[in-house]
Amino acid sequence: MLRLDFYPNFRPYMIKPLLVKTSKYFIALSFFVALFSEASAQTEADAIMIPKNYLCTGVMYGHSSWDHYWEGTFKRDNGNIGTLTTQMYSLMANYGVSNKLNVLVSLPYITTHASAGTLEGQKGIQDLMASVKYMPVEAQVGKGVISLYAIGSVSVPLSNYVADFLPLSIGVHSTNIMGRAMADYQLSNFFVTGSAQYVRRSNITIDRNSYYTTEMHYTDEVKMPNVAVYNFRTGYRSESWIAEAVVDNNTTLGGFDIRKNDMPFPSNKMNFTSAGVNFKYTFSKPAGLELTAGGDYVLHGRNVGQTTTIHGGIYYLFSVKKEKKDKK
Amino acid sequence: MKKNFYYILPALAIVMIGMSSCKKDIVEHNLEFSPLTPSSLDLKAENWKPVLLTSNSQFAVAAPDAVTSPAYVADLNEIKALQRDITDDQRKLIAYWSAGSVLRWNEILRELVAKHNLPPYQNSDGTYPAPSAANPFAYPQFPFSNPPYAARSYAYVSAAQYDALIAAWHYKVLYNRPAPYKNDAGVQALIPKSDLPSYPSEDAVVAGTVIEMMKLLFPTEIAYIEQKEADEKMYRLISGANTRAEWDAGEALGRQVAGLFTARARTDGAGAAIGTPAYWQQLETNTAATGQVPWISLEYPKRPPMLPLFGKVVPFLFPATTVASLRPGPPPSTSSDEFKKETEEVLYYSQHATRENKAIVAFWADGAGTYSPPGHWNAIAAEEFVKQNYSEVRWARNLALINMAEMDAGIVCWDTKYFYFNPRPTQTDANIKTLTGIPNFPSYSSGHSNFSAAAATVLTYLLPDRGTKFTDMAHEAAMSRLYGAIHYRTDCDAGLVTGKQVGDYAVARAKADGADQ
Repeated sequence: MLRLDFYPNFRPYMIKPLLVKTSKYFIALSFFVALFSEASAQTEADAIMIPKNYLCTGVMYGHSSWDHYWEGTFKRDNGNIGTLTTQMYSLMANYGVSNKLNVLVSLPYITTHASAGTLEGQKGIQDLMASVKYMPVEAQVGKGVISLYAIGSVSVPLSNYVADFLPLSIGVHSTNIMGRAMADYQLSNFFVTGSAQYVRRSNITIDRNSYYTTEMHYTDEVKMPNVAVYNFRTGYRSESWIAEAVVDNNTTLGGFDIRKNDMPFPSNKMNFTSAGVNFKYTFSKPAGLELTAGGDYVLHGRNVGQTTTIHGGIYYLFSVKKEKKDKK
Repeated sequence: MKKNFYYILPALAIVMIGMSSCKKDIVEHNLEFSPLTPSSLDLKAENWKPVLLTSNSQFAVAAPDAVTSPAYVADLNEIKALQRDITDDQRKLIAYWSAGSVLRWNEILRELVAKHNLPPYQNSDGTYPAPSAANPFAYPQFPFSNPPYAARSYAYVSAAQYDALIAAWHYKVLYNRPAPYKNDAGVQALIPKSDLPSYPSEDAVVAGTVIEMMKLLFPTEIAYIEQKEADEKMYRLISGANTRAEWDAGEALGRQVAGLFTARARTDGAGAAIGTPAYWQQLETNTAATGQVPWISLEYPKRPPMLPLFGKVVPFLFPATTVASLRPGPPPSTSSDEFKKETEEVLYYSQHATRENKAIVAFWADGAGTYSPPGHWNAIAAEEFVKQNYSEVRWARNLALINMAEMDAGIVCWDTKYFYFNPRPTQTDANIKTLTGIPNFPSYSSGHSNFSAAAATVLTYLLPDRGTKFTDMAHEAAMSRLYGAIHYRTDCDAGLVTGKQVGDYAVARAKADGADQ
């Protein structure tokens, strides 16, 4: 699942290519042998772990666009923007420190483009995201399995891109610290996962020394409201396939509305609810190769674009201590 | 190895707790200004040359009640009662307002300009509604404080404050009433003590002018302004700086003097500056008839040009007939090689935007939702003036000089823009993408360059020890429009020249107004 804000601020932690175990060989090595589908993972928001000493790396591409957006609650289009398109190319890696502890990183490169008007598109490396995903509880309940997760993440801007040029900016340039609690229930091949995340955003510095929000500010520093994220997903998981439906809600805790015909600003109240689907296919040969695809659509928003997103990725999962394992 | 990673979670938890405890609060620099302690009381300011006032006693201010009168004693008792029950919020009012009345009202005006500096949203048929002074609360609210409107607003408010304070200084010297804390040891001075006579209140004079001017300039903001005025009045009373009677006399004087300025503003031509559809068409037709490519709005839907008749507004610093004589010669012909080269230069900056250039463009953009370029120069001036410890009357005089220059630079610039009606670079070459929004008016000459050079010229005269600081800033502001790919170099160069010429009129006035002798 890939989410684009009004701003083409691709948020890597929201990118959810699906992954499960990749091979029988792999399952055999897994700590969770009994758990059919809990074998690998690539995002911090899905209930999937990869086993100890495994590394999953991949690249993904995302394409999102909108031609309508909300100024506060007022939905409109804009002949001076046309369709705003954002493309993302991201490198991702997930390492199994243990069967209960995974470390994930992602690094996106982003481009933006407006089909109308005169504003110049932007491009650059956005924010490095690193997550630690911990699964303290995994227990059989009835015929299914419940697992609980705690996920902590940090994202840091890696380039000095311009945040204050929305909606063309590639991000809002805050350093974020995120905590997520997640629960998953799996019964046979069917699962439901729910999670809630709190995103604490640092203040940002912009290139001008005054700005108006709902009042005048004489500083180049902008106080960024924090964000609450709620995610629900359900679907089918098997050895070779995952198919899921995802609903996502982002609620900015504070911030202000874009006034009618004003420019957007990084500390706007950017809320949305989106719905989408994701698919993942895992090859049995070559073992470890995975393909993902998906898309989503913003159903309702506030100070964001009504974005349609599609994305796809290719990943490879392998043991980094193969020899040692083989000796076993 | 594995065990090490189990330390990650507690470590992460600690980092998160640390992050959440660190304050996001921002201290804005205008709230760090110290209480005003003028280095000179400027007691001769009653003889400075006013803008519209015919004499410093044109409006009468009655003699204050004797310090022994029951009315004055009652006023002192009111202060004592307020001081006994002072709250933290009231102390914050003192900290805020004591930095200076002219300064704070200038900031408030900048805020209102930013708030109202939004181009109207189109009608469903692709036309645009215009704000109506007669119906200011209807969308789009009146005014749309675009750069010319903003320049004019700053000028009227500053000039009215200056004239009103000249009159106030006359009565201060005439009646020579010491501040309340000097007449009664029971009244504390919660601001720096001053030997300036306190009747009538200079803060009230300033507030009174703003209240009166705002009825005309920002009619939807009267309630907001009145709340600010009530805050300031509380600050003056509770700090022991003024009695109620001193405040009331000052406010009345400020309102009366402002009446001269609202009367001028009603007939200065700004009300008709928007033009008519027939006039907009005529501009295009007339320019095409000369063989030049006429300006076309690059907005969608096409928006009528911004205030095409603002060039006809009556200036402050010179007669209206001087405007055409300040108009620079024509820009390169739209069919010339020079024009082609200049367009290519803009394209280069569009396609080779460095991070530094992007920062310069953003710093000076001052577009929609901002206090506009004249407001930016007010902010620059204010930051400098707080270091100078000016008296209120000198604050007002210096801001009036800057803002009259800004308004007149706007008039000359708009005259130039609509005389030549020259296309923007992106109209000439659609490959030119911009780093900021393209203002919806003709290219030649650059408004930023005019405004910046005019303000920098006045500031350099007022603060010669700053060297080339302001002219360097003006040059950067001008070039920001080329870097942003919305102006040709000629627009910026010509604008800097014209802006300085206008600024020189303000300097000539400053040299002769009595304040620097």
